[in-house]
Amino acid sequence: MTATTEAQRARIQALPLDQLNPADIQYFVDDTAPLVFERLRREDPVHRSHSPVPGMGDYWSVTRHQDIMAVDTDHATYSSDWSQGGITLMDFPPGEQQLQMFIAMDPPKHDEQRKAVSGIVAPANLANWQDLIRERTVRVLDSLPRNETFDWVDKVSIELTTAMLATLFDFPFEDRRLLTHWSDMATSNKATNPDAPEPEVRMAELKKMLGYFTRLWNERVNAPPRTDLVSMLAHGPATRHMGPMELMGNLVLLIVGGNDTTRNSMTGGLLALHEHPAEWAKLRANPALVDSLVPEIIRWQTPLAYMRRTALRDAELGGKQIRQGDKLAMWYLSGNRDGDAIDQPDRFIVDRARPRQHLSFGFGIHRCVGNRLAELQLKILWQELLQRFPVIEVMGQPTRVKSAFVRGFSTLPVRLPA
Amino acid sequence: MPDSPSPSPSETPMPKVTFIAHDGTAHPVQVPVGLSLMRAALDNSVPGIDGDCGGQCACATCHVYVAPEWAERTGPRTEREAQMLGFAAELQATSRLACQIELTDALDGLVVAMPEAQH
Repeated sequence: MTATTEAQRARIQALPLDQLNPADIQYFVDDTAPLVFERLRREDPVHRSHSPVPGMGDYWSVTRHQDIMAVDTDHATYSSDWSQGGITLMDFPPGEQQLQMFIAMDPPKHDEQRKAVSGIVAPANLANWQDLIRERTVRVLDSLPRNETFDWVDKVSIELTTAMLATLFDFPFEDRRLLTHWSDMATSNKATNPDAPEPEVRMAELKKMLGYFTRLWNERVNAPPRTDLVSMLAHGPATRHMGPMELMGNLVLLIVGGNDTTRNSMTGGLLALHEHPAEWAKLRANPALVDSLVPEIIRWQTPLAYMRRTALRDAELGGKQIRQGDKLAMWYLSGNRDGDAIDQPDRFIVDRARPRQHLSFGFGIHRCVGNRLAELQLKILWQELLQRFPVIEVMGQPTRVKSAFVRGFSTLPVRLPA
Repeated sequence: MPDSPSPSPSETPMPKVTFIAHDGTAHPVQVPVGLSLMRAALDNSVPGIDGDCGGQCACATCHVYVAPEWAERTGPRTEREAQMLGFAAELQATSRLACQIELTDALDGLVVAMPEAQH
């Protein structure tokens, strides 16, 4: 434990408990959020707090693994529906709409729309993509500069995840960075991050996204069904009659879901191994450990720090009385460090027993639909990295994304020795 | 969740269960009564069962096809199980989640097959 961490822990411990607001963006910018949650799990595991951010207000933080599991699997009590406020803590002011996407819907509509696209990540399709993912990964890694500092986020994490996403949508490959741009736009939030674009700018960009995809939709709706997400949505019985706001919502879901998350695990994994050299050595000595490395990276990074639910009725949770209409954040980031559920949770262990029992994909009906694809991409990346580069030097601190929802990185300077 | 210790083998009846992998390989195991079928697979390192949620019917990564002649004895899916299985890639009439089948003496000889992959 470093002296800095101890000082930060003491500072957080000194704050009055009733004023502890874990969604405060500063905890994510300086990465002290794990220390906030460490205290809450110990002192007040289901914690009520108030955020001064307009549209956020009062909310509960659910911090223990077992309570998160209880909320995530009880969709009859805890709603994800956009009409209740959706999956993030912001209640948009009147006039601004929640995105209508199936992750922010309750059954039965959620189930129907999810089924329209889930086949794209069925085992048979994953097997088909394996060679393509490897070929692309090899090409990207072989083109990396040597003996000079470059940004890992841009050249590796974004490049690989955006190429995958373009394939899933059968999106024009030369325009693929538009997907990255729209993903960043969709998750931007002016209310919590002063550097974010204005809400009108954000919505204008999302409308451009809708326009671009509507062209692809129109081409494919009259063609025979194919295995790409646009064609599947255009032909699916539950999705082919979606209105524009629902199409926009589901596009955002699929773009963010397939982009931000894996991107940040690609960066977070390198950082984690850099910070745990003994684990990196273990991995180099036995590359077969990639199978357990990958889920451990996903636990360690927790690229989506929380999901929000809204209580549809009064309920008791961890000894606290939840009232109908209350909103809750299930802090996956916290549950993934809960020692009652995970052995030695504050250690990054590449050969952990049963490493997949983490919360990063969520549990219950909203569990990440692309989880096995994400694992496959990360697995191939690390197999190819281990074969190629005996050393990857991290040259400085990463810049962290200014968000309490997306836990990720904007930049990470690295160097590959010549 | 931390794993609860299995009951001592010497005191507990040990029904036999056979897991058939997607490639046809049979994995016969003997497991104590009271354990879930999912735990039986994990404790005996049977490949093809993931059990990501630890047995809480919350991830559908312990999907099995019960051999038709056993389907009546393993019983119907619970409501929650049916909802989770609704998203499975290759759903069949006898699809179950192995974490929701508790081993009993009546299941001695049970045969289940596994899908191509869990997701």
